[in-house]
Amino acid sequence: MNANTDFRICPESGLKIHRPAEALIKANAVLAVVFLLVGGVLGLLVGLTRWPEVHLLPADAFYKVLTGHGINVLIFWIIFFEVAVLHFASAVLLNSRMATPKLGWASTGLMLVGALLNNYAVLVKGNSSVMMTSYVPLPADTLFYVGLILFAVGALIHCFIFLGTLVIARGERTYEGSLPLVSFGALVACIIAIFTIASGAVILIPTLAWNLGLISHVDPGVYRLIWWAFGHSSQQINVATHVSIWYLTAALLFGAKPLSEKVSRFAFFLYIAVLQIASAHHLLVDPGLSAEWKIFNTSYAMYLAVMASMVHGLTVPGSIEAAQRAHGLNSGFFEWLRKAPWGNPVFSAMFLSLVGFGVLGGITGVVMGTEQINLVIHNTMYVPGHFHGTVVVGTTLAFMGITYWLVPVLFRRDLILKGVARWQPYVFAAGMSGVALFLMGAGTLGVPRRHWDILFSSAGAGNGYEFSAAALTLMSLNGLSAVLAALGGAMYIGVVVGSILFGRKLAENEKVGTLMVRAAPPAEKYHNIGMGTITIPGTMVLVGVFFVAFALYYFINWKFLAETWGLS
Amino acid sequence: MQDDDKDQPFMQKVLDNHFLLLFIGLAVPTLTYIVWGVMELVSLPIANP
Amino acid sequence: MTSISPPSDKHWWKEPIEKAELIWIAIVVVWGIILTLMMPFWHVYGKQNLSSEAYKTTPEVYMKKVQAGVDQYTVRTDNGKPVVKPPVGSDVYMLGRLWEWWPVLELQVGQSYRLHLASMDWQHGWSLQPANLNVQVLPGYDMVMTVTPNKVGEYSIVCNEYCGIGHHMMLGKIHVVE
Repeated sequence: MNANTDFRICPESGLKIHRPAEALIKANAVLAVVFLLVGGVLGLLVGLTRWPEVHLLPADAFYKVLTGHGINVLIFWIIFFEVAVLHFASAVLLNSRMATPKLGWASTGLMLVGALLNNYAVLVKGNSSVMMTSYVPLPADTLFYVGLILFAVGALIHCFIFLGTLVIARGERTYEGSLPLVSFGALVACIIAIFTIASGAVILIPTLAWNLGLISHVDPGVYRLIWWAFGHSSQQINVATHVSIWYLTAALLFGAKPLSEKVSRFAFFLYIAVLQIASAHHLLVDPGLSAEWKIFNTSYAMYLAVMASMVHGLTVPGSIEAAQRAHGLNSGFFEWLRKAPWGNPVFSAMFLSLVGFGVLGGITGVVMGTEQINLVIHNTMYVPGHFHGTVVVGTTLAFMGITYWLVPVLFRRDLILKGVARWQPYVFAAGMSGVALFLMGAGTLGVPRRHWDILFSSAGAGNGYEFSAAALTLMSLNGLSAVLAALGGAMYIGVVVGSILFGRKLAENEKVGTLMVRAAPPAEKYHNIGMGTITIPGTMVLVGVFFVAFALYYFINWKFLAETWGLS
Repeated sequence: MQDDDKDQPFMQKVLDNHFLLLFIGLAVPTLTYIVWGVMELVSLPIANP
Repeated sequence: MTSISPPSDKHWWKEPIEKAELIWIAIVVVWGIILTLMMPFWHVYGKQNLSSEAYKTTPEVYMKKVQAGVDQYTVRTDNGKPVVKPPVGSDVYMLGRLWEWWPVLELQVGQSYRLHLASMDWQHGWSLQPANLNVQVLPGYDMVMTVTPNKVGEYSIVCNEYCGIGHHMMLGKIHVVE
């Protein structure tokens, strides 16, 4: 059969699925989960070593494991999954064939080889404990850089294939008018990814040349500047992707549509324009950069991207509320939320991701990205605390949720252990929220990140520094939370891998029992929108509470700053 | 598809132009973050010996 | 029509906006302006602003300056390290290297000093505890900041940027006296 016309119709959604695209999506999703498993096990070891009473690993193993944890989950798990999401949001949602599936397989192969080489350098050869950031002039093994570069090239080709699919879909008129909002969000992720990966290449290729002795020197300040255009922006790909997944979940489970296309799309546009310049968050206490550069870039030009995220924070639950009310759940402020499918992990994961990302990740990100406040936060445990709120409770949980939908739809397997799946998002969110909160607490009390021995038992008498009992207690609580989060991660991998391998095969046109795709409510139910009344009062209350918490916490941190040494 | 819709609002045309969006997404951070930042770092004075 | 289908209205840019969205957009725009203005405001009225004064240097050049301070102003030793008590308002040099901050400083409370920091080798993180002031220290960059200690006591400097296997043993000290 001609690969370009090899389609099947999804019995759940009616979407026309290009089989070669589907196979590639499945392969990338599976690889993502494999690297989540590797990175997750390493993360548990990190948590257990940071637990002062347990202090599991010796120093060299700890730094090795910490490096591997960061790269496997922050880069490999997330980007493999994002490649799957990109092709899903283009080929599948647009009912189109995918551009050059064969090149897609080659790119995925390149990414896999890169990921394996990098892991070999870090975990097996063991001479590349340079942390994810690999700041020069701290040297790593040549394979470390080669692996990262191969991975990046593969991911970059996937971005171009995604753009190619958009061109094909438009040319072959598989959709009319503008892209669906979810596909538009994926386009935003793809654009950010291209900038991200190009920046990575711009700095990692000279670093490889330096490592090989071809050039004598890579400037550490310039390295940090450009590396963070890669390192931070790659987390902005996540933001665009998981916001798209929130909209996707709202559309699938509630038949939700955006309250207004204009607002949601313009918010995404702000991501394209200014989200990536916040890489400056990492350089606020670096030598030589002016206050003007720092203020402009750290504030996303004028907090435009923060505004965008806060808008999505209203429009995603708002679109769910509007749809639920249109479906008849119209009483009081919160009937729509109370009667949401809390037992369906696709929904619970998405909603916990939304709340966790906003409260734990979003607020704290703004606080620590404030030029002066960063002085009391830079490189403390606050930093990993913050990004476990954004990338784990936010992105990873959103990805977990949508997997429970993709397994029956793409892999055509019924989920096994549905009871475990039902609880998994709650267990994982509870554990990871604990990790985020306790690490941020410890960071506020000065505990350094990337540090094996915060008790300074190895520093010799009279040399160490004694952190407060509160700080150490917080680190113990972090250890407990990490164990709980690892349990949640194991539940996810158990259910997903088990279902793919052993789940009941679904027949060609069989629908799974649980509601997978809900029809949109009739259009006339939305006629109140734009007529000068508030149609989503419940969401308005939720974002109001969020805003008060945000403002209070922001100003409290200025007060913390005011208590330290004078600096000018 | 904007080809048959000449009367679309300007911003809608921008948001439907994927390659213009790609250009914006590459140009803004390259200029305000990378180029401006690198210029500041390379123009630092040299310390007296 | 949902978020996974193309907008039903071909001219979606002209659709009216929900009232809650409008209110929320107004709030976040005002909030964004406040957040932006807080930083320049603190530059004018706040007391904690990191200077952007910095120089390109080399480990050899920087070492000479640190050594000159040690030769001139050492008042005693502390655990084998010289304790340097520089004149108020002067240029004070401290270095980070594998794996220590050197030398120890003795500063007067409420007085200002031009503190220089640079690394001799890899990147380090200068983390002053319990004041919890943190700056990144790079090789090849001489960073200058004017510090004004606000409380008497013994402060430790931890390294909070990973710098190899001895990273967690990298420590330094500043005494703040009357």
